[in-house]
Amino acid sequence: MTAHFAERSIAEAALAREFEATRGLSRSPRRAAAFSRFLEQGLPTRRNESWHYTDLRAAMRDAAPLAPAPDVETIEAARQILQARKPIGVGRLVLVNGAVVTELCQRFPESVVFNREAPPSADIDDAMVALNEAMSSDAGTLRVSDGAALSDPVEIIHLIVGERAQATYSRLAITVGVGAKADFIEDYVGATPGVQRNASTVLTLAEKAKVKHVVMLDDKADLHIESQVAELAARAELNAFALVAGGALTRRQLFVRLAGEQATIALGGLALVDGARRADTTLQVNHKAAGGTSREWYRAIVDDDGVGVFQGKVIVEKAAQKTDGAMKSQAILLSPQAQMNAKPELEIFADDVACGHGATIGSLDPEQLFYLQARGIPRAEAESILLEAFGGEAIDRIDDQRLIEPLRAALGAWLATGRGKATSMRTLK
Amino acid sequence: MLEIEHLSVAVHGKLILDDLSLSVKAGEVAAIMGPNGSGKSTLSYIIAGKPDYEVTSGQVRLEGEDLLKLDPTERALRGVFLAFQYPIEIPGVTTMTFLKTALNAGRRARGESDLTTPEFMRRVREASQLLKIDQEMLRRPLNVGFSGGEKKRLEILQMALIQPRLAVMDETDSGLDIDALRIVAEGVNRLRDPARGFLIITHYQRLLEHIRPDVVHVMARGRIVASGGPELALELERKGYRQFEEEAA
Repeated sequence: MTAHFAERSIAEAALAREFEATRGLSRSPRRAAAFSRFLEQGLPTRRNESWHYTDLRAAMRDAAPLAPAPDVETIEAARQILQARKPIGVGRLVLVNGAVVTELCQRFPESVVFNREAPPSADIDDAMVALNEAMSSDAGTLRVSDGAALSDPVEIIHLIVGERAQATYSRLAITVGVGAKADFIEDYVGATPGVQRNASTVLTLAEKAKVKHVVMLDDKADLHIESQVAELAARAELNAFALVAGGALTRRQLFVRLAGEQATIALGGLALVDGARRADTTLQVNHKAAGGTSREWYRAIVDDDGVGVFQGKVIVEKAAQKTDGAMKSQAILLSPQAQMNAKPELEIFADDVACGHGATIGSLDPEQLFYLQARGIPRAEAESILLEAFGGEAIDRIDDQRLIEPLRAALGAWLATGRGKATSMRTLK
Repeated sequence: MLEIEHLSVAVHGKLILDDLSLSVKAGEVAAIMGPNGSGKSTLSYIIAGKPDYEVTSGQVRLEGEDLLKLDPTERALRGVFLAFQYPIEIPGVTTMTFLKTALNAGRRARGESDLTTPEFMRRVREASQLLKIDQEMLRRPLNVGFSGGEKKRLEILQMALIQPRLAVMDETDSGLDIDALRIVAEGVNRLRDPARGFLIITHYQRLLEHIRPDVVHVMARGRIVASGGPELALELERKGYRQFEEEAA
């Protein structure tokens, strides 16, 4: 241990000091255990296989100070920001700087209950998951009762207030009862440079539960680390999608288990990466029972000096006969410096399965561009049309207009602002 | 209207068009016939401005303006329309959205305001009925999963909506059954106009039974080797291209 201590990076040392100094954290045996799990591994480096393309230890030069529990002023500021937002579903759960603020939440239907119960400790071997458990001062569980059918999505807003360097940790469980049908949209907003965010959401789907889950990330955090854990019982269905349009360094990691027979997942994502940003999506899907279906379909548009990462590992365990799995990663690079790293993997231990994967990385199709231009459409507009189509196809898989609309709007905004500028500059050369 | 003078074009260092000269007058329907590999499609791409062709010499002018200096968009906005031999599939873009974008691009370039949705819908409905295009097809992604005939009819629909000055039709008859061929030809004939020129590229004479050309040019080995009236097309049908290929060699 001493040797480890001597080798700690500045950020690791700062995290250790902060953890020790925050008595609410260090006095809890569970958090202390989680923190020592974190320290044993330290911040992930390239040597860690699942972090191969994102050297967090090198990228995270220091740890931002832990955001304090939101005070009256912060809550008031949050209220102002939220008032400007049109509610999009039934009920709204609001987290400010990582903590659930019940007075800002909006009424849930009777079949949805929120309480302060912490998610179960995840048996996931990942330093950042351990750090999340150690450092989250607050946690909660959103529970949808058996048989419920929600008419509209539940909105979960992860709001950051205060333009300063701060680290936020949030920990949320979503539990959907037997045969229940519920949709969720988690929106990460408000972060400015200097923010380091570590969020974790644990989804548990009981038998035959049917869930759509959307994540939108469109703010400017220096660091966004998000762990999404999902466990599906028999015949449960999860359709999850994430749009990553902001954040200097984002890492979304998904740990999905199809624990019951004939469970179905469709995981999708669209990463829009410009400037010097880096967006990493790494997922692991475990088929643990027979007859499961999994689809992973990730797309990325990378411009400027951006870097995209997709790592997907699908593990079909011995018991998971008749598994049907397909994984696809597709990226469009828009500049000579833009980078995409794609690594889809299959590990199959059952003998009767149909599984496949593929990855493509390319530029915009010159034939399609020519066709659009030959109809009088200006080059920049033609590019936008093709990119919107490419991204839109990924979004449409969530197959619900209420969820598609905000995602499409965010895609349109990204194409119109950040990227539009970069393109016209290149065309002028 | 269209003047091509001493045009030579290479692709990957290979000469495809060799000192080709050709003109199309306003109101004229000119046909270009030629065997496979004679450079017909290359000629259509050069007029429309497809990248990656190297013009080694010569000129292409539309109404006196040098087309070779313009990008494909600018050429289209000057009135050049290419009906593609293989229309491109664009997943994720509905045909209707594409049509609207294309129509409004032209209007904006002319300083006109965008069409209102009802007006746009009215024009599309009218034009598509004439071409027996199902409205349902227009809600599908552009050309994706369309049959050969559907794709070609959609090209003509675009042409009817855009109303170009010069229409270059690259093997529009290929892959069409006789009914579709007739519908397409009628679509073209409706657009014949004293102010509009047509350059119809085809391998076979049968399209010209439905669209009667004013002039027929024979192309072989990258150049025009013979020109004449409609009777030239019939002669080609009887005798084949061989004599012209030998002459060009």
